[in-house]
Amino acid sequence: MNELPKMKNQTAKIFCGLLLALSAICANAQDAAEDAAPATVLPTTYEAMVAALPEASYDDKELLLQKISQSGNPQAPNLLHALLDGRLMATEAGKVYISQSSDEALAAKNLSDAITGAAVTGVNAESISPIGTNNRLRKGLRALCAQLDLASADADARSKAVQSIMRDLDEAGTAALRARLPLEKESSIQKSISSALALADLQSADANIRLAAVETLSGDISSEVYNGLTTLITKNDDGSFTEPDLRVRTAAAEGIRKIETRRKAYGALETLFFGLSLGSVLVLAAIGLAITFGVMGVINMAHGELIMLGAYTTYVMQLLMPQHIALSLFLSVPAAFLVSGLVGVGIERGIVRFLHGRPLETLLATFGLSLVLQQLVRSVFSPLNRSVASPEFMSGSLVINDAFSVTYNRLYIVFFMLIVFAALQLILKRTSLGLKVRAVSQNRAMARAMGVRTEWIDAATFGLGSGIAGVAGVALSQLTNVGPNLGQAYIIDSFMVVVFGGVGSLWGTLISGMSLGVVNKLLEPWAGAVMAKILVLVFLIVFIQKRPRGLFPQKGRSVEN
Amino acid sequence: MKAIPMIRRALLSAAAAGLLAASSLAQAADTIKVGVLHSLSGTMAISETTLKDTVLMMIDEQNKKGGLLGKKLEAVVVDPASNWPLFAEKARELLAKNKVDVVFGCWTSVSRKSVLPVFEELNGLLFYPVQYEGEESSKNVFYTGAAPNQQAIPAVDYLMKDLKVKRWVLAGTDYVYPRTTNKILEAYLKSKGVKAEDIMINYTPFGQSDWQSIVSDIKKFGSAGKKTAVVSTINGDANVPFYKELGNQKISAEDIPVVAFSVGEEELAGIDTKPLQGHLAAWNYFQSIKSPANKVAIDNWHKFIKNDKRTFNDPMEATYIGFNLWVKAVEKAKTTDVSKVSDAIIGLETPNLTGGVAKVLPNHHITKPVYIGEIKDDGQFDIVWKTKAEVPGDAWSDFLPGSKDLVADWVTLKCGNYNTKTKKCSGQNF
Repeated sequence: MNELPKMKNQTAKIFCGLLLALSAICANAQDAAEDAAPATVLPTTYEAMVAALPEASYDDKELLLQKISQSGNPQAPNLLHALLDGRLMATEAGKVYISQSSDEALAAKNLSDAITGAAVTGVNAESISPIGTNNRLRKGLRALCAQLDLASADADARSKAVQSIMRDLDEAGTAALRARLPLEKESSIQKSISSALALADLQSADANIRLAAVETLSGDISSEVYNGLTTLITKNDDGSFTEPDLRVRTAAAEGIRKIETRRKAYGALETLFFGLSLGSVLVLAAIGLAITFGVMGVINMAHGELIMLGAYTTYVMQLLMPQHIALSLFLSVPAAFLVSGLVGVGIERGIVRFLHGRPLETLLATFGLSLVLQQLVRSVFSPLNRSVASPEFMSGSLVINDAFSVTYNRLYIVFFMLIVFAALQLILKRTSLGLKVRAVSQNRAMARAMGVRTEWIDAATFGLGSGIAGVAGVALSQLTNVGPNLGQAYIIDSFMVVVFGGVGSLWGTLISGMSLGVVNKLLEPWAGAVMAKILVLVFLIVFIQKRPRGLFPQKGRSVEN
Repeated sequence: MKAIPMIRRALLSAAAAGLLAASSLAQAADTIKVGVLHSLSGTMAISETTLKDTVLMMIDEQNKKGGLLGKKLEAVVVDPASNWPLFAEKARELLAKNKVDVVFGCWTSVSRKSVLPVFEELNGLLFYPVQYEGEESSKNVFYTGAAPNQQAIPAVDYLMKDLKVKRWVLAGTDYVYPRTTNKILEAYLKSKGVKAEDIMINYTPFGQSDWQSIVSDIKKFGSAGKKTAVVSTINGDANVPFYKELGNQKISAEDIPVVAFSVGEEELAGIDTKPLQGHLAAWNYFQSIKSPANKVAIDNWHKFIKNDKRTFNDPMEATYIGFNLWVKAVEKAKTTDVSKVSDAIIGLETPNLTGGVAKVLPNHHITKPVYIGEIKDDGQFDIVWKTKAEVPGDAWSDFLPGSKDLVADWVTLKCGNYNTKTKKCSGQNF
């Protein structure tokens, strides 16, 4: 790495200050820094090492951390974990604290002293900042943490530590595992330690040990095992096998075959989930349109912008309550429904109403409106994307096994879509508003003759569809950028889903969104993301030729005219 | 937005002309007009608005120093609205109607390609401030952003030598810049002995938001036991969901680092940087680089824009360098005449913001240092690597079969694409 010479100099100066060394030593050290790394002046006591951390260069931090991990101080594991998670805070004056949260707004609330472990209160949030780490340091830290965690009282932490050591198996890690195995009481952890050790044994010089290792590893589908076994059966450049023993090779080949079969099955499951989750995003975006376009027959090109307004509502809600990200997200759902719904009612009363029965003009007017809304957002919120934070429960993934895991945000959005869909069905099928909406959409004149105020029903329907679009925006804010162009990305897809599903059918929208999602994801690995999209569009064009009314066409007299 | 002040200015100058007749008219003609051709609305407004402000800031500073050749500089701002054909129309308007002496503008390659014929026809002068795919050298354009050998190739070198990367994912948005850059990178990697099965190339549409299967593929590709890295030419907007998905699928920068060519301070300002921490970016400038010139430039920018939170980024530095070079060239040539300025500017040097020197080369590119930065949680970069000296920009890549033999030299050869094998200039101006 090309270290900048200036940095070395600075570190040397800072170290001198920290050590409170005599001025003579300081001068010497600084001279030394011109040609050698300043590592020679690292402190030795735990307190001094911790105090030196905030200002140390990355190279020195690595050395310091190694010493800290070997110090045996009871606070050391805590400190290393805190640094890894960005929770180790330092003040300008060089005091070091461990915080419970890496979130800047909350960091000052639960502090403890990094040296004594005692709780600390009354520290100004402005005065502390996290101690920086870089990739190399984090990698080293992870290994150190894992080795320390092997002795942790918490079985979960021990199990994670074994996994982490197994991923980057080196001699230090193997030695730590070997030392731990006889002490370990938990059988599941014993098992994973044995498989990690078996993985190391694959390099053993004794063919019998290698064979035993291959047998121990059978049934494990992690990629480390797969790679370990694959190296056993690969040929060298001269055609000879790297593994001389035939028995080991046969066993390894059998193990690989097993892993591949299971992986294929999990791969299919994964693709299916990806498809369903893409599908649920499509359904969310399209279902509002299924009401305005499907039920009312209005081509609303500003639908995407109503989604965008919902996403911006989430952003504003988060600005209003920065301390409660999860709560603000839940409150955003009704708020976004109201904002987009009201804008929708405004659009209906102000524009669409006057263009009744003139689809081309409606299309142009709402398209113009979509540009107006975009530029409006650009002027109010700036053209830059806004950052919407995800609450803790929305990040990370549910790991089912090494070959199959499901990301939480996608999983929740699938459920969220189902809830929205069910609620909408309830409104349309079980409420008096729903009854009137269906009546008006089937036969406007007859409904009016029965005393339904069609004008208000139109406005309410449009508002409902628009509100649902806003709710979709809340979900999308967790997946993608919140910016002025958010809506444009979804408008085409939304129309596609509604037309494919059959205009006017909510169930059709659900089925078509889900199947388009799955088809897209099936095609993607095989044809690439761009080609997959094109193929889906081509398929749709052909399909619409054959069945112009979509998957679930509306039946009855009203359709005929 | 711009219409009102312009009308007001027109009215004012008409009124002034009525009052002071000759003298004021003479003064109105006595300005040097600087065209600004950046999108202020539409998709590209997110990036280009900042560059418009940068040019305005530079003009403001130059005027405070007493202008240029004894005249004041006057900005003519137009809005091509992220609409590529409109770029050509607005360029024509600037050159033919407003008679500007120089234009600073364009961001995307397609917008540059669209204005190119206009600048060549009307003999205008364009300074283009964004990193691009190369394979071009026009008589009328100066490229102050990075060519591929000033960004992509050094970044790959860093990954190969310092991080010992053996497997490569080249992921990009599906348009001309990523396609060409990846073609160059693929040829370069193969020339370094990387096997075809260790390179995975993936293109996604603009604004891709569903990265699940691609990230899962990258994860599988990266779990083959060899160090893997992603070289990303993914366009600005699609990056956030991409990095989010990486974070959610538990791929950390320590396992599979992503080095990006279009993620800078400005892009990071709008997003939650937690999932991006530790990933890399390659640029010729970072805001976090400590140098006296950089501090002054950032302070001036904050004062000009009246917001301490605004970031300074690589294309802004390129605009800064381009503007200073043009000013020096005009002072040297003692005129704003395009041909004379173009001749005068070659060989000129100006300090860049990172403590080095930007020199204009005969191929209309400049020398730039290359830095690799690691994303920190505050959205700034930690410099982890830099080139020892400035790298001269190469218009025609040495790694593509079609352009290997081409050179651009506007001093001795007077040609933008001279074939050294056939000893012929293609005759094309770009």
